[in-house]
Amino acid sequence: MTTTKQNIDNDLVAILEKVSDPEIPVLSIMDMGVVRSAIIIDDTVKVEITPTYSGCPAMDVIGDDIKSALIKAGYKAEIDLILYPAWTTDWITSRGRKALEDYGIAAPLDAEADKSVLLEGKRLVKCTNCGSANTRMVSQFGSTACKAQFQCEDCQEPFDYFKCLK
Amino acid sequence: MKNQYLYNYILGIADNSLILGQRMGELCGHGPSLETDIACTNISLDLFGQVRSYFQYASKIAGDGRTEDDIAMLRKEREYKNVLLAEQPNTNFAYTIGRQFLFDVYHLAFLKELQKSTDLTLAAIANKCVKEVSYHERFSSDWVKRLGDGTEQSRQKMQEAIDDLWTYTDELFHLTESDKEMVSQGIGVDATLLKDAYYNSVKELLEEATLHIPDSKYFQKGGKKGIHTEHLGYLLSDLQYMQRTYPNMEW
Repeated sequence: MTTTKQNIDNDLVAILEKVSDPEIPVLSIMDMGVVRSAIIIDDTVKVEITPTYSGCPAMDVIGDDIKSALIKAGYKAEIDLILYPAWTTDWITSRGRKALEDYGIAAPLDAEADKSVLLEGKRLVKCTNCGSANTRMVSQFGSTACKAQFQCEDCQEPFDYFKCLK
Repeated sequence: MKNQYLYNYILGIADNSLILGQRMGELCGHGPSLETDIACTNISLDLFGQVRSYFQYASKIAGDGRTEDDIAMLRKEREYKNVLLAEQPNTNFAYTIGRQFLFDVYHLAFLKELQKSTDLTLAAIANKCVKEVSYHERFSSDWVKRLGDGTEQSRQKMQEAIDDLWTYTDELFHLTESDKEMVSQGIGVDATLLKDAYYNSVKELLEEATLHIPDSKYFQKGGKKGIHTEHLGYLLSDLQYMQRTYPNMEW
């Protein structure tokens, strides 16, 4: 597990938890791990967010959503996009992983398992519909940059797998 | 500009991703299958995302009010410094894959080194990109193997693409004046040092894909100096169309 300092003012947690990822609406940006710091200085909140993938179009929307949530709460907001340290799927919280699964997106495995699934076709990703591990990768790339496409061989359900990123 | 060398250096890196990203984006809605279509456009999206980070940094260094969009959209052909490989057209899917593969192997090795740059912004961008590009490299390598070691027809097409694109590989390892300056300051990557390992990995994979390794000793160059093949002009007219037709338009 990559541990890096996350510095979020307690007063802001509840506000930020209500902002969700526009492409995965069940997932709060806090559970996603993209908010790296949020500090109140006078009446202004300085927020640092980090992209999941460089080209993720959700980042602009997330920045705007954070801003409007903070303004609604009576703060001014400054949003900074930081690149280092680079985001990793380890930063998704366990609550976030559960939200993904409930939404029909298989949560990322650990790096080794991810590799053997994506490269060697091992069957380890569990179907989000029936729970069977008898699943196959349809494509390494999916509906968004962070996902791969899978299909369950037992219940035939197609589903997304959130790729492991370290 | 105070940091002209650094500015040029960043553009040299970013233009490769911009032009290749545009090429991959051309397949949106035109890929040979839905999955490959999505894969190619995902790669394109990654590359454009990386380009934004580079151009935002370049814009800060230029400090003359030019935005990332201006740098991306409003230069003339000769001002783009991408390697010739990146601009080669999507003749058929084997060319798309061949181009991607020959670039990815280089790109991945390059970014791994760039992570050690003494310029912390560049190191941070590289650290972000390297994760995405290792994924691209898996994808393109897999397809080279699948097509090369596939049917007689897929093999012939893959071989043809590799034979044709091979002539653009040597340029990846040429150093411009700005490159040399940046290497000497510990900011840039000395690409000449990546060359042997590059050809070794490429050859190994081509053998695995049952393809012949081209023996041509003649290599094309020029992109890094702004001298491009005829293909770039057409690509840029597509890329720049909206900004040229409706200056300063925004979404």
